[in-house]
Amino acid sequence: MIFRLTCKEASKLISAGMDRRLSFAERIGLRLHVGICDACTRFTSQVQFLRRALKAFPGPDERERH
Amino acid sequence: MPQGSPPESLELERQRPYLLRFALLQLRDRSAAEDAVQETLLAAIQGASQFAGQSSVRTWLIGILKHKIIDSIRKAARERPIEGPPGDDARDLDAFFAEDGHFLQAPEQWANPERSLEERRFFEALERCLQSLPQKTASAFAMRELMGLETDEICKELGISTSNCWVMLYRARMGLRACLEQTWFLAGPGRDR
Repeated sequence: MIFRLTCKEASKLISAGMDRRLSFAERIGLRLHVGICDACTRFTSQVQFLRRALKAFPGPDERERH
Repeated sequence: MPQGSPPESLELERQRPYLLRFALLQLRDRSAAEDAVQETLLAAIQGASQFAGQSSVRTWLIGILKHKIIDSIRKAARERPIEGPPGDDARDLDAFFAEDGHFLQAPEQWANPERSLEERRFFEALERCLQSLPQKTASAFAMRELMGLETDEICKELGISTSNCWVMLYRARMGLRACLEQTWFLAGPGRDR
């Protein structure tokens, strides 16, 4: 079943993969799904982007605000 | 300020608005955020001679502030035990998906997201999106991504189970990416300039 993930299951694993090490079966399942799914490919890069955005918070030169 | 010399209190004070913004992202309660910032500045003045000068004053202050924020979250978690869906209930996330498990609205291609990181208004949109999340969800996410805590530390601070923690982080990511897509990436100003 893990080899036939839905987007719902895959997106949950994509998120979990940012917080814990996925099991071997989870990684395989995810790779098979993301390899053929544009939506989950985009979801993956977007949650990774969120991480970079939070790292960059509060953004460029906010001195002008004050 | 020459590198390596202790920062003066004026220099520290100048960082107050920035620190407050950082604290408010994680503590919705304004007075708790102001307290955390105040304690940070006091600790910084007392410990100014320990400032190594290797990082910027701001980075140093954020390091202190993170501890103050965690203290504050811990205290709040003790006083107000967990609200919201119990256990690792994730049924609210079903709203994003069709019966068959497909995205109801598939994530769109975001135009040049890296460029958004150079824009102040992007971060304002991000703040608004964070504020639209349930408080505990936003707290957990900020602890993870803004402060870089591991999930087991976050669960401990919030007094929730590990699986609940993962659900919260998942909920936060789903909510934030949808919110940013709607309010920023597909909304005009963030796109295709």
